[in-house]
Amino acid sequence: MKKIAYQNIDKLYGELASNLDLYMPIKKAGALNFEKYENGKEADIETLQTVKSVKDLFFPQVEHFVDFKTDGTKIDVIDTREIRSEFAIFGVRACDLKSLEVLDKVFLQEPVDSMYKNKRDNAVIFTLACQNPHASCFCKVFDIDASSPKGDVECHLTNGVLYLNPITEKGANLVNKLTCLEDATSESVDLNKQEIKAKIDALPFSNLDLSVFKGENLMELFDRKEWEELSKACLGCGTCTFICPTCQCFDVRDFKTNNGVKRFRCWDSCMYSEFTKMAAENPRKNQMQRFRQRFMHKLVYYPSNNGGLYSCVGCGRCVKKCPQSLNIVKVIKKLGDK
Amino acid sequence: MQRLEVAFLEKAKELLSSGQVNRVLAYKKGEFCYDVSPAVFYSVEELENAVYNGFCGANLSKYLIQESKKEGKVAVFLKPCDTYSFNQLIKEHRVNRENVYVVGIECQGKFSIEKFYKTGVGFVASVQEDLDSVLVNGETKIDRNAVKLERCLVCKKQHVVYDELLVINEKKDGDLDRFEMVKKLEAMTADERFAFWKEQLSKCIRCNACRNVCPACTCTKCVFDNDDSQISSKANADSFEEKLFHIIRAFHVAGRCTDCGECSRVCPQNIPLHLLNRKYISDINEFYGEFEAGKDIAQKGPLTNYTTGDIEPNDFKGGNK
Amino acid sequence: MVNEVLIPHIGVITDIRKDTPDVKTFRVVGLDGKKVFEHMPGQCAMLSIPGVGEAMFSITSSPTNTEFMEFSIKKCGCLTSWLHAMTVGQQVTIRGPYGNGFPVTTDFKGKNMLFIAGGIGLAPLRSVINYIRDNRQDYGTIDIVYGSRSMDDLVDFREIEEEWKNEKDFNVYLTIDREQEGWNGHVGFVPSYVKEVNIPTDRTAVLCGPPIMIKFTLQALLELGFNKTQVYTTLEFRMKCGVGKCGRCNVGNKYICKDGPVFRMDQLQELPSEY
Repeated sequence: MKKIAYQNIDKLYGELASNLDLYMPIKKAGALNFEKYENGKEADIETLQTVKSVKDLFFPQVEHFVDFKTDGTKIDVIDTREIRSEFAIFGVRACDLKSLEVLDKVFLQEPVDSMYKNKRDNAVIFTLACQNPHASCFCKVFDIDASSPKGDVECHLTNGVLYLNPITEKGANLVNKLTCLEDATSESVDLNKQEIKAKIDALPFSNLDLSVFKGENLMELFDRKEWEELSKACLGCGTCTFICPTCQCFDVRDFKTNNGVKRFRCWDSCMYSEFTKMAAENPRKNQMQRFRQRFMHKLVYYPSNNGGLYSCVGCGRCVKKCPQSLNIVKVIKKLGDK
Repeated sequence: MQRLEVAFLEKAKELLSSGQVNRVLAYKKGEFCYDVSPAVFYSVEELENAVYNGFCGANLSKYLIQESKKEGKVAVFLKPCDTYSFNQLIKEHRVNRENVYVVGIECQGKFSIEKFYKTGVGFVASVQEDLDSVLVNGETKIDRNAVKLERCLVCKKQHVVYDELLVINEKKDGDLDRFEMVKKLEAMTADERFAFWKEQLSKCIRCNACRNVCPACTCTKCVFDNDDSQISSKANADSFEEKLFHIIRAFHVAGRCTDCGECSRVCPQNIPLHLLNRKYISDINEFYGEFEAGKDIAQKGPLTNYTTGDIEPNDFKGGNK
Repeated sequence: MVNEVLIPHIGVITDIRKDTPDVKTFRVVGLDGKKVFEHMPGQCAMLSIPGVGEAMFSITSSPTNTEFMEFSIKKCGCLTSWLHAMTVGQQVTIRGPYGNGFPVTTDFKGKNMLFIAGGIGLAPLRSVINYIRDNRQDYGTIDIVYGSRSMDDLVDFREIEEEWKNEKDFNVYLTIDREQEGWNGHVGFVPSYVKEVNIPTDRTAVLCGPPIMIKFTLQALLELGFNKTQVYTTLEFRMKCGVGKCGRCNVGNKYICKDGPVFRMDQLQELPSEY
């Protein structure tokens, strides 16, 4: 285990960034998001959560991948995928790390998504234990341990010291290169883990009951009359889906430029009215149906295809950010309350 | 303050049980004191979950576009600023006024939970409201203005459309100059202003929360959702789109935006979108004389009404400060 | 870096046939003049005109055709309108094949088959029917009930009249919605015609057409004594990736693009009715 005094943390960022591209929570115009670290940017690992989750670094909101150049009747296809070399992400919370496992099941299943895989293969992830979990957090429900988030290097920030514990070989190789770190023992970290666990156990949503979502009662849950009430105030915006670390629906669109067409994929939302619209039909005509789709997918459909793994990691972003305070916790409670 | 909530519940029950309306559009409790949601109540029993407190910031007018077209009369509790939106919707024929029973309800300014966190109180389990302060978790007293939504520091105070009023205490404060930040932006150099908006708008994730919550955005099919429009888009494919989306949206609602501030309240990235609207409002005031959308439905909208005295495009040389 | 499925191949249009006033059949090959990829009946491909859009289309030609692929496309939206404006020699992009296709080598093998289609719904069935014609020894009697709005809207009319009707043990029943000059065949909707023809229930049925036709035809088949386990259909849904990732065609725990588009009626019944 290694350590560095928190007051010298800029040295760590600087040294990491001189080795490879470093991404971490950066505050810009009052909002915290994962961005590339550069001198002069406001890094912030104390705030619990970024607005957009870490998925943005593996499955970015907009990703150009192919250009088409047309010449008469001829079309040229130009592969424009970005090929990444090793990069580091600092300050990833346990819930966000778990979300990558959820995304892996989608993007790494055959046929493998090359763009996602390339980033996944090249990322060195520095996780950070959650010193101050929030009332909206419920990662414990999904067996996620925010006191010991793992990743390639597990970090703890306690009593003004940042501890770094390499978990994988990839993590150790990088940490061993850093000259700004000192050797450390694990006592403070062990104590810290206990403190965090106690805080998490006391959170209001830490004991949510998921037993109703067990897979074989798909149609029964689908037909529950409560969906109407649950979705009543839904505005049909995409906030929940875009800030969600596990939502992975995308659209493929073309962007015309002066000298050709750029094709990109971008985040899409099942909450949007035209998500399933075809020329003649729209199978999901009202917001209740679209709202239901999102939560059924997370709690029933996805788990039924992935050995019971839920497509929710309890990060609580939707709990905090839904404009009208609708969220998955309310859905779980309402449907669980038979 | 809690007296107001009791009065609200009594009024809602009375309206439902007397058969005057067949449903009530108001707010329902969440898991905490601060995560309330708009809801429709069909019976007195359902009203057990109804709530009216400082976290009921959502503008219910938006929901009336759909609700007022359904069978039977709906009662709704509207705050002063909400009534401006509702009035504007009446003017634009987007709601059926006769299907709505409007109770104008008192508002002493609504809260932003994020502002509570900024004071360092930590978890907010309960909030006791007073006219100018709040007591958090029964122990920490905070100045009400410190936790108010940005928009509530500037208040419309008066209900402009209602069937009856439910007001125990008049609102006293909320008189800050709403154009203060607009003036600051206008005083910047073009480069500074560009940098300000570039930084703010680059945070946008195109979730459409601002559009979908906006009571002035009432198109059945938004041009940005319509694939046949040739300009539909779901993401900012480049930095040009990033900058243009919100400016176009603000133009679409110019002259109709009542400055209800919902766009800024719901933005997950905290982009101060209301400043764009306020800039247009300030310009409209300057070019066409004082005008407040939603205030008076008899008054003609400056941008939808031509007079020979209207300002000509060439008369104005701006943007070069 | 591994290949990216979303990056398409180039397809060259070598022939365009106008089937009906709003349906054209496009013949597509790769730049080398050969088929771009192999497929099974019922599978689909993503066609695109860069700058206009990309969409999923059923491959209408049989896999036994070794020279090219065909797509019968109805003009109904932006991309299809652009496709209809194309001329021979122009290029599109193509990727695939996608979907499960019909179980021609398993469940269908050795069976008497009943194909029921409405309008452009014949397109995906044409692939199976022609596959069966080229593997005639593996299948029994073939009944085909096909209806359209009018005589002019019958897709592949020439092939039906000149080829299908002359196949041994092929019974072709055509119908149109309303009386029309020059038509002396049956008039009426597909579901009621299916009942009139009274096809024996030893057939394995395959349905394709507009949702309303599927609904009433299934009802008619059940009334005739068919079981849902003998009836197949192929679904249409909006798709973007074709490989079960973009989430658009998710219904219940299935993805139409990858687990479908071919489903047996009893399997469909276990899914939410959102298709």
